[in-house]
Amino acid sequence: MGNNLISTWARIKDSDIYHSFIKSPTAIISSSILIIIFFCSFFVELVTPYNPFDPSSLSLMDAFTPPSWTEDGLAKFILGTDGQGRDMLATILYGSRISLIVGFAAILFSLILGVSLGLTAGYFGGKYEMIVMRLTDVQLTVPSILMALLVDGIARGIISREMHDEMAIYVLIFAIGISEWPQFARVSRAATLVEKNKDYVSASKIIGVSNLIIMFKHILPNILRPVLVIGTIGLALAIIAEATLSFLGVGVPPTTPSLGTLIRLGNDFLFSGEWWITFFPAIFLVILAFSINLLGDWMRDTLNPRLKK
Amino acid sequence: MSFLKISNLSVDYKMRKETVYAAKNINIEVNKGEILGLVGESGSGKSTIANAVINLIDEPGKISTGTIKLGDLDINKDTSKTINYRGKKIGLIFQDPQTSLNPILTIGEQLIETIQTHINISKEEAKKRSIDLLKEVGIKDAENRFDNYPHQFSGGMRQRVVISLALCCEPELLIADEPTTALDVSIQSQILDLIKKLTRERNLAVILITHDMGVIAETTNRVAVMKNGNLVEVGPTKEVLTKPKEIYTKSLVSSVPPTDKKISRFIIIEKENKTEKETNLKILNRWTKKKLTEQDLVQVKNLSKSFDDNFFTENSKNSVIAVNDVSFDIKEGESFGLVGESGSGKSTIAKMIVNLYKPSSGDVFFDNVCITKIKRNSEMMNFRKQIQMIFQDPYSSLNGRLKVKDIVSEPIKLHNPSISRIDLDNYISDLLESVELTQSSSERYPHEFSGGQRQRISIARALATQPRLLICDEPTSALDVSIQAQILNLLKDLQEQLNLTILFISHDLPVVRQMCDRIGVLKDGKLCEISNTEELFHKPQNEYTKELLHLMPKIESIYN
Repeated sequence: MGNNLISTWARIKDSDIYHSFIKSPTAIISSSILIIIFFCSFFVELVTPYNPFDPSSLSLMDAFTPPSWTEDGLAKFILGTDGQGRDMLATILYGSRISLIVGFAAILFSLILGVSLGLTAGYFGGKYEMIVMRLTDVQLTVPSILMALLVDGIARGIISREMHDEMAIYVLIFAIGISEWPQFARVSRAATLVEKNKDYVSASKIIGVSNLIIMFKHILPNILRPVLVIGTIGLALAIIAEATLSFLGVGVPPTTPSLGTLIRLGNDFLFSGEWWITFFPAIFLVILAFSINLLGDWMRDTLNPRLKK
Repeated sequence: MSFLKISNLSVDYKMRKETVYAAKNINIEVNKGEILGLVGESGSGKSTIANAVINLIDEPGKISTGTIKLGDLDINKDTSKTINYRGKKIGLIFQDPQTSLNPILTIGEQLIETIQTHINISKEEAKKRSIDLLKEVGIKDAENRFDNYPHQFSGGMRQRVVISLALCCEPELLIADEPTTALDVSIQSQILDLIKKLTRERNLAVILITHDMGVIAETTNRVAVMKNGNLVEVGPTKEVLTKPKEIYTKSLVSSVPPTDKKISRFIIIEKENKTEKETNLKILNRWTKKKLTEQDLVQVKNLSKSFDDNFFTENSKNSVIAVNDVSFDIKEGESFGLVGESGSGKSTIAKMIVNLYKPSSGDVFFDNVCITKIKRNSEMMNFRKQIQMIFQDPYSSLNGRLKVKDIVSEPIKLHNPSISRIDLDNYISDLLESVELTQSSSERYPHEFSGGQRQRISIARALATQPRLLICDEPTSALDVSIQAQILNLLKDLQEQLNLTILFISHDLPVVRQMCDRIGVLKDGKLCEISNTEELFHKPQNEYTKELLHLMPKIESIYN
């Protein structure tokens, strides 16, 4: 087993992807930033002693402390505190954990939905393909944020008020996921159309392999590259969509604040001089989305040989 | 003094891991009025030499040493001047006439543009000159066709236009890089005749790059044989082909399928002597060998297939008839060949026999059961395992995401789900042995293998279900000639030992002659003639067959 791991690692080290990664400063910087953000968000308890959700940590005495490098700043609150005296850095990291979870879950949901629809549509063709593809066309005419708002509105109508705060995060994942799937469906259908005419698919059919196994064992691994590329860029879009919805007040409830909620809450203090309460979550969101996008661009250039010079 | 003199030329490509030498210390001379053939297998550096002459070597490749002299000019020294020679003194013909013409300009516009770039004459004069050129290369009604777009010409005509473009500034050197590879046999011979005629009339120096020894034998005066960037042998064509000095040239010549006789095996000359191959294949222990009977295994009856691209209405007027009322039988243990040019419906017939396409009308019987009418999947599975297929393109016929052992084990596990793991491993290793691959291959991925080795993996996969009928759809047309000889030998051995019935589909008549007992000739979806191989080659009945036989390039023509 150990030998296997070593040889796999050697193969990775030898691959073109690894080399292109080593040669690209953009890819190295953006992925380093992302690793730091992911680590700090998911292991936030190890990074900071503060827990903004613990009522005992609230201290109104420390409220509105500016960042530590300013005149009135305190060393223990690096990025200052908010109106309840909670540490901004800890609040941002806890918030980014929610944002990342929602973003990943939403993109996974739309990836699974879009790829299965696109793959089957491309493979079977005919009327089924036409219906699926026209559906994506229709949905692409509606801006995705509007779609998400619509889903959220319907969910509010169906789910009772008491249940709503509990269910909010799942509704949000569903709303963002359902508004992003057409991209995946289109890309995977196009790639399937190319793959299904290759001889290895014919060979499997001649052997007698069932359609389901041909699609998911043979074709799926071969179309994953473009899907992963748009998945990465889609992740940034999903995180921004979550922030937008939360900023508008239809996302996660204020009791479990995400980056979008933090920006909205901080927005109220912007004109009274407490700029840091909205500025830091916002800049954090920009860095996060920007890094994901840069990594996605690099992936697209490397994994798509047609774009190579 | 020779016209083109390449001395001591080396071209190398600096890659990430190593430096690849595409050409090493090459010395070649070409005289006026002579055609020099440059022959070699893929990757041997034939095209690199041509690209070096016109200074079109792509990054990261570069000419590291050597000089190229055209007459008295050292064209390699001052690369800024090369652009003036390219097109003017040196004419070029590429492989694919589809892509070497600009589809959105008429051929007239392209000719005039090229002429005016190099020669300072008026548009009217350029037009007059272009029309004369088009006439010279054999385009009828040149005045009217002058304003046509490339897509309005057939493949052969388009290649003629490309030749006229290459000639329009009266070059003294013509480089033809596989000029007929993309064309059918009947058109190939016309283009080669044209090149020969132009060489004579215009006193050109011609470099003809090809992998086809038949073309070399029929067209060239002298030939240079290349391997791995090295020049193996140069000399008058007749001498090199009949009395090759180097081992490589000998093996190359012996792997070419002879067109005038049937041989039992290709002689493969290798430097080291291989140990004698075991005569009995291990997979035979698992094989229920069929006795050879005189009965028909496959009967194809009045098979037709039409394709229509209209989505809403079936059987519309736009349909294309790919196969039209074709009937033939194949006996158990026989090799049956289907021959035809591109678009003749060969592959469509194969796909109907393996049930990838449903025929529009007609039936296929296998072992006296009509397999085209079977509805139930479980019933079909029984036949799936008896009919297997090998494809043309060794690159797309294997799933690159699976290891070789998973590719080969898929059919075994599907048709015998209860097989134990140890038994499965043994079976896979027996199969790999029978196609002469090493045992360590099973843990590797397809991209680690060469084209010939991939084709062997394909054969191993096809044999895994112990089929009675093996359909080979152009199994060697993507391979080099020496690899082709090995694969054909392998197929012959397997057939002999396993009593396989083979349907062999090819456009290459010499190959079909070596492989098949009987041959059917297809043209535009119709079967022209079926007869025994030797009878067909000696006394063809049909006009089309006669023409095909007459036109195929013959390596033996060198003896006459």
